[in-house]
Amino acid sequence: MAGLKPWQELPAGGVVSPADVAPLRTGGWRTGLKPAVELQSCVDCLLCWLYCPDSAVLLDGTAFAGFDLDVCKGCEICADVCPVDAIAMVEDVA
Amino acid sequence: MIELLTGGEAVAHAMRQIDPDVVPVYPITPQTPIIQGFAKFVADGRAHAELVDVESEHSAMSAAIGSALAGARTITATSSQGLALMAEVVYIAASMRAPIVMALGNRALSGPINIHCDHSDAMLIRDSGVVQLFAENAQEAYDLMVIAPRLAEHPDVLLPVLVCLDGFTITHSAEPVSLLADEDVARFVGPYEIPHSLLDTARPTTQGPFAMPDYYYELRTQQAMALEAALAVLPELASEFERLSGRHYGALEAYRLEGANHAVVALGSSAGTAKDVVDDLREEEQAVGLLKIASFRPFPAAAVREALACVARISVLDRADSPGGAPPLHAEMAAALFGSDVRLNGHVYGLGGRDLHPEDIRAVLAGPAPDRIGVRGETCPA
Repeated sequence: MAGLKPWQELPAGGVVSPADVAPLRTGGWRTGLKPAVELQSCVDCLLCWLYCPDSAVLLDGTAFAGFDLDVCKGCEICADVCPVDAIAMVEDVA
Repeated sequence: MIELLTGGEAVAHAMRQIDPDVVPVYPITPQTPIIQGFAKFVADGRAHAELVDVESEHSAMSAAIGSALAGARTITATSSQGLALMAEVVYIAASMRAPIVMALGNRALSGPINIHCDHSDAMLIRDSGVVQLFAENAQEAYDLMVIAPRLAEHPDVLLPVLVCLDGFTITHSAEPVSLLADEDVARFVGPYEIPHSLLDTARPTTQGPFAMPDYYYELRTQQAMALEAALAVLPELASEFERLSGRHYGALEAYRLEGANHAVVALGSSAGTAKDVVDDLREEEQAVGLLKIASFRPFPAAAVREALACVARISVLDRADSPGGAPPLHAEMAAALFGSDVRLNGHVYGLGGRDLHPEDIRAVLAGPAPDRIGVRGETCPA
């Protein structure tokens, strides 16, 4: 139990704040494919951002700005919902 | 201002004056007059709470947790089976440190189904980690309701506070009750403040997180310490309240214990009956007294030992049973007094609304009295 806090140092009720949480790097869960975008086709509808279960779609204001591959699990939902087929799943090579 | 009010009406007035933000509640006898009275105040524009018509007491306490942690002062009320249905969520409210205030119109648990007073409902959640205050009469029910939000919301406490008032005996009996001025109550309770609001998007939090063996024990310990802390906070609030009202409260009340060699110990309205008996017996020059426990949780064990230090014989009156073991108040008193050479007897009484007559208390103080007072049929002498 080394490094764990005594009861006096815990916030009331064990409330957790973002600073207390180790960043989750779920990108390591991908098993072979990652999303890739052809930006000329993208119409900034943001359906991929809306559907992404891991908030891995990055925005610049209201414009699509790429993927955060540190958290993308490669689930392919973005590629599936993209109405203009701008997103394709490609081989994920390190 | 003195008004003729039932305990239920007095609690509804306290709620009107506290003016909570959210009141999720489900009706049940004998609590119903509380929410009925308060709902009328809301309908008349004299209180401003969001009344949530939930589908059960389980939902009432669940909604209360959400609103209290979102940042809304929250009050609810229930009785008996309502509290039993709520019990699962009461534990969660305490562990999430939600400062909810609840009025409990004490009523016997089923079965057999019954609507009258005993304390089995409160004792069902004895170990949930909530503060449990017992009122002796309508005035105390009102006063404790006014004090309750401050105790619940105190940063050292942050726990649900139950104000227990005996069903029918207090909830439905009219007595003269001195009400504080609305503005005095508003000033006394002040604004609602909690350390982390669920709606504070600038400081997002996860509340009620899963706790594995590495942290569950620490969080339970923290919660137990917070409940203990209420014993230190209560006198501070009580003295502030006394300056406002002239009425004194504490975790216990020592009534005519000076020079007493035999004392009865009781919770709730029976303490009022016992006071009359003690007065009569003192007139007859019998050295008897009463210890009224106002705060059953946290239990003021050190103050109990001090108050009874010179008393040779103690008779504990329990309005709840623990079949197969010691009734709750008796067990608590025995633990508090362990190691002293006092003679301690316990008596169960008043289950399901059975009256406790002054003669019954006289018989206890004359002793030996049966261990189950007022029941038909022979039982062992205590």
